[in-house]
Amino acid sequence: MNRHLLSAADLDRTSATAILDTAEQMDKALAGREVKKLPTLRGRTVVNLFFEDSTRTRTSFELAAKRLSADVINFSAKGSSVSKGESLKDTALTLEAMGSDAVVIRHSMSGAPHRLAGWIRGSVVNAGDGTHEHPTQALLDAFTIRRRMGRLEGLRVVIVGDVLHSRVARSNVILLHTLGAEVTLVAPPTLVPVGVEAWPAAVSYDLDAVLPKADAVMMLRVQRERMSASYFPTQREYSRRYGLDRQRLARMPDQAIVMHPGPMNRGMEIAAEVADSVRSTIVEQVSNGVSVRMAVLYLLLGGGEPA
Amino acid sequence: MSTDVFLITGARIEGGEAADLLVRDGRIAELGVGLSAVGTEVVAADGLIALPGLVDLHTHLREPGREDAETVESGSRAAALGGFTAVHAMANTEPVADTAGVVEQVWRLGRKAGLCDVQPVGAVTVGLRGKQLAELGAMADSAARVRVFSDDGRCVGDPALMRRALEYVKAFDGVIAQHAEETRLTEDAQMNEGILSARLGLTGWPAAAEEAIIARDALIAGHVGSRLHVCHVSTAGSVEILRWAKSKGWRITAEVTPHHLLLTDDLAASYDPVYKVNPPLRTSEDVEALRAALADGTIDCVATDHAPHALEDKETEWAAARPGMLGLETALSVVCEAMVGTGLLDWAGVADRMSCAPALIGGLAAHGRHVVVGEAANLVLFDPSGSSAVDPSRSASRSRNNPYAGRELPGRVVATFLRGRPTVLDGKAQG
Repeated sequence: MNRHLLSAADLDRTSATAILDTAEQMDKALAGREVKKLPTLRGRTVVNLFFEDSTRTRTSFELAAKRLSADVINFSAKGSSVSKGESLKDTALTLEAMGSDAVVIRHSMSGAPHRLAGWIRGSVVNAGDGTHEHPTQALLDAFTIRRRMGRLEGLRVVIVGDVLHSRVARSNVILLHTLGAEVTLVAPPTLVPVGVEAWPAAVSYDLDAVLPKADAVMMLRVQRERMSASYFPTQREYSRRYGLDRQRLARMPDQAIVMHPGPMNRGMEIAAEVADSVRSTIVEQVSNGVSVRMAVLYLLLGGGEPA
Repeated sequence: MSTDVFLITGARIEGGEAADLLVRDGRIAELGVGLSAVGTEVVAADGLIALPGLVDLHTHLREPGREDAETVESGSRAAALGGFTAVHAMANTEPVADTAGVVEQVWRLGRKAGLCDVQPVGAVTVGLRGKQLAELGAMADSAARVRVFSDDGRCVGDPALMRRALEYVKAFDGVIAQHAEETRLTEDAQMNEGILSARLGLTGWPAAAEEAIIARDALIAGHVGSRLHVCHVSTAGSVEILRWAKSKGWRITAEVTPHHLLLTDDLAASYDPVYKVNPPLRTSEDVEALRAALADGTIDCVATDHAPHALEDKETEWAAARPGMLGLETALSVVCEAMVGTGLLDWAGVADRMSCAPALIGGLAAHGRHVVVGEAANLVLFDPSGSSAVDPSRSASRSRNNPYAGRELPGRVVATFLRGRPTVLDGKAQG
């Protein structure tokens, strides 16, 4: 595995599969334990550097690092020197001086983790950068699909919503393609990026047409503010055309699953009863996220040592 | 004025036959083979190309306001080292060059530095705000004799205001240099909109945002019979529109930057903001179209858009960085690679696109003259042989945002003469 995890494109099929397999092992290793901790990263320091509020992702990484016995520092931009005009570079140099082994970074600007990786010696894990990528989300999604469906090769995954602004979509398209799944993106044309033709994915504007053949349907969060920028006329029209409600759920094959990276807009992109149905993997995705992030930190920092 | 007499020996005049040039009293006094060296300082120029001193229509010197990034003096030195004898200093300083006072200040700083002629550009609108015409006539009548007006960095977006500006400057044969950008289409834009922006998650700057304004302004300029100059043309579509507009006989000129002739948007994949520039780097298809347009004259000239920025404005996240890149010292080498090396332009063509044409557009009578007896000795001697890796730390600019760092570029400027006085000799700035 590379020193950093900046993009899903950093992973080939072998290394991506190794992460998913390691995550399964992590799960099993912890399953029987009274104390949910492995000693693997004892003495290592993992910094959670969050320039954007994201309680769920930060907590997931924190838990993953702690379960591997690493020391965890949460460096939140809010209320820290960063909000007083300290640059990303200064922050990087500070973390470097403190001797961090890995920095998990969430940032509102695309490419910030790439910049950070140029300034520090430790590993950098991209925990979501702007509208670029969120590779560990894609890994946990792939893990979830593989667990539910038993495989990824040849599965048809539909990703629905604000593809244009979605780092989750970008990472998922890359990773799912690497792992042999067929991805179809569904969105209003305004929310599909110019240049999407180079992605290894099909594009459709018609959700109803693709649902009957889907093995997994991933609903993306759609921010209501997009409406004011004329990406779509009204929330109701968006829901009617691209929301996953009970009727649309019924069009999906019986075994097909419904996914959402969270946080959800219930009633907007996903109906409450769909989110809470047995077909939904939304809660599993959260718990799988911890296992997958443990695997990523372990493989980046622990190398070949046994789990 | 220097009274020194120089004999430049064996230089290929505008890339043609080798000859000696006697420079005396600021002029080209004699031109021929085997001129006497008695009483002269000899500048051996065998194998070098002698061109008229280069003229830049588009330079950001940052003074007043951002002297940490560049000053008129440091920018003039970089210009001289790049072979320029005249530069047009853009108006987006702090304060904005929108009054006779500010343009005269910049003009005087240029005279004081004495390394090249610094011709201030005046803002079109007060504070570059696009609301109200600046006192264009006062700037034209000032000691700085402003003829080029531009809100560069910002587009004059209001079509009615643009029309008035185009009409108004006819009174003193001025020209409006437009930064063509339909800003409603480029909100938060970070790079060329296309395959790369989609992958990198950086908001796209669509080619249409440039082309729409060029088309609009060409129609307006044609309607009122005014002179329009289009800054930093960056797309293949813009070239088509310019070709069409020129076919109408309208008085429209255009420039292309060296970086748009050589670099492409895939450089953004590094997220290193040294490659962030406005308009953004485009695709290789655009580069090809721009080169062809410069060769056939659809694009009239090369202009550097030299845009120095302090380190802290570039050592940031991509979106937080300021757009712009250095260009003065590398311009001739880049054009050598992109245009001469490819066979698209000969050296006479380079002389036209980098000296004669921009001097004509800018109304600089003493610049952009061919290398013939009697003309002011504004000259550059360029060695087209060999190549070297660009080292930003050796730049005369106060800034280091050089997109060619580490890249091999052909040739080097050996000497520059401003009215007979060497501003650069043996590749080193004089004075």
